[in-house]
Amino acid sequence: MNPPGPLPPIDESRLAVAPDLPDILPARKPRKGLLGLIRNNPAMAFGVFLLLVMLFLAIFAPFLGTVDPTSLSPSRRTRLPSEAYWFGTDMLGRDIYSRVLYGTRVSLTVGFSVAVLASIAGLVIGLVSGMVRWADSLIMRMIDGMMSIPPILLAIALMALTRGSMQNVIIAITVAEIPRVARLVRGVVLTLREQPYVDGAIAAGTRMPRLIFRHILPNTLAPMIVQATYICASAMIVEAILSFIGAGIPPTVPTWGNIMADGRTLWQVRPHIIVFPAIFLSVTVLAVNLVGDGLRDALDPRMAKRL
Amino acid sequence: MNQPILAVNDLRKHFPIRGGILSGVTGHVFAVDGVSFSIAKGETLSLVGESGCGKSTVGKAILRLFDLTSGQVVLDGQRIDDLSPSALRPLRQRIQVVFQDPFSSLNPRMRVRDILAEPITNFGLLKTRTEIDARLRALMAKVGLPPDAIDRWPHEFSGGQRQRIGIARALAAEPDLIICDEAVSALDVSVKAQIVNLLCDLQQELGLALLFISHDLAIVEHMTHRVAVMYLGKIVEKGPREAIFANPQHPYTKALLSAVPVPDPEIRRERIILRGDVPSPINPPKGCRFNTRCPYAVDRCRSEEPALRMVGNQHVAACHLIETAGEPSGTDNA
Repeated sequence: MNPPGPLPPIDESRLAVAPDLPDILPARKPRKGLLGLIRNNPAMAFGVFLLLVMLFLAIFAPFLGTVDPTSLSPSRRTRLPSEAYWFGTDMLGRDIYSRVLYGTRVSLTVGFSVAVLASIAGLVIGLVSGMVRWADSLIMRMIDGMMSIPPILLAIALMALTRGSMQNVIIAITVAEIPRVARLVRGVVLTLREQPYVDGAIAAGTRMPRLIFRHILPNTLAPMIVQATYICASAMIVEAILSFIGAGIPPTVPTWGNIMADGRTLWQVRPHIIVFPAIFLSVTVLAVNLVGDGLRDALDPRMAKRL
Repeated sequence: MNQPILAVNDLRKHFPIRGGILSGVTGHVFAVDGVSFSIAKGETLSLVGESGCGKSTVGKAILRLFDLTSGQVVLDGQRIDDLSPSALRPLRQRIQVVFQDPFSSLNPRMRVRDILAEPITNFGLLKTRTEIDARLRALMAKVGLPPDAIDRWPHEFSGGQRQRIGIARALAAEPDLIICDEAVSALDVSVKAQIVNLLCDLQQELGLALLFISHDLAIVEHMTHRVAVMYLGKIVEKGPREAIFANPQHPYTKALLSAVPVPDPEIRRERIILRGDVPSPINPPKGCRFNTRCPYAVDRCRSEEPALRMVGNQHVAACHLIETAGEPSGTDNA
């Protein structure tokens, strides 16, 4: 076989002649700052604002006119909100304003810790499941089994095995939330594996570790971060539920769930004991979800051009 | 005799279909079922056929993006289909690929610089940063993009520009063969022409061999040396461009060519309209695979599978109804 020469001429009149088009690169859009965020997504900006307020309250709780949230004063039980006790007092005379502010620390710590830990663990499990064929069915059946138990029940069951402490609550909720992240990451990895740029990278001689860390992992982060915010919100609620039913953080520690549990019996005559922690919990969860929705819109690859 | 840069012998790829409670194999998709061809250095071979005939599977099999069911892939005299992944990796440098969709073929989270540098560093072609940087800028210029754009993200480019980045990535590895898997099918007509001309120029300049997988016969006629026509996992006709376009032998090739639009309203041409759809590759017809749609099918076509036979100079076709011009050649390498 001889190497072929140049192509013989063909009938040019049958070909569409294309003019040489100028290569115009679209102008780069300047990065938008805080103002851009507020204009593009006011709901998300509001969520960020609320979260920052909560973070401020949690960090500076001792300096915001609070007293020791655990100090009892039996003579001043079940006071209604007043100038002295902004949110009133509970049945043991503890200042609810102070307790709610200190409770913010617990909720934010649990929410963020669970979001981070469940994301990392779920990411690793999901990546292994998506990349290693033989491990996939094994891991996924275990995940299916865990998902068949509601996360709250699983967390209650896990708490029943240990002592109540913030650390154990975080571990219990994390374990219950891992399956959701693992499933999501696995699904994303399975679709990414079929992407032409992954095939192209393999053809370009990319080794497996680099393939995972440069091509697969960065593209799973966006959906995973969105999922993490929802897990953060869900973890705060589960923590409050665990505390409320007495299966979570010890009742001596001021958490929103514990405060509400204390006010449970007096609900009809002294609703303020339950209402204030409930408002804080709702607002915080709403803020996290607003941020999650905003991130989902901003990180969605179909909308990537808007970034 | 000059050794072909790539030879594919009796390539088969059957995808198992899993189903049932125990995920047992319940059948196979006969995506590619015995395909042979070879490509010389600096030559373009076009693989044409309609959607689902297995063209892209052939390309992916050559790239070893999955393991073959059977058959051989021989790169420059060395068999590569049975190599371990680590033994194959350095040889991957010689075969690169350009994909159809310019949007999913570039990692959205990597800058153009990193995308283009990846094959260079993977294969250890250049060592120092300055050498690589100079090479990247030269590659950008070669595909007609401003060299300063290498620090941009893929989404900052248009479709045609992204396709040129894809070509630049393929060129970065300094390959002998580029597989163009429908590389221009997703582009506008004017951009398509640009990319085709770019590929032709690069081929002349660098002595590249191209495996051009396409369903667009008008483009194929413009740029190819030889054509192989696929139908349902098999090659039905193969030959030099002039022979295929001027003197098609297989009824399927004739039907395909009659469907190419002619930009002259005065020209009336007999069109061969095929009835029905492509049969399922899960359960291909007995005998000649084309018999269910062939206007000329006779009893023999429904029972006996035709082999590729010489019908002209380097021109083979698989049809019982064609007068042979020479000796039958079952496993030919033309």
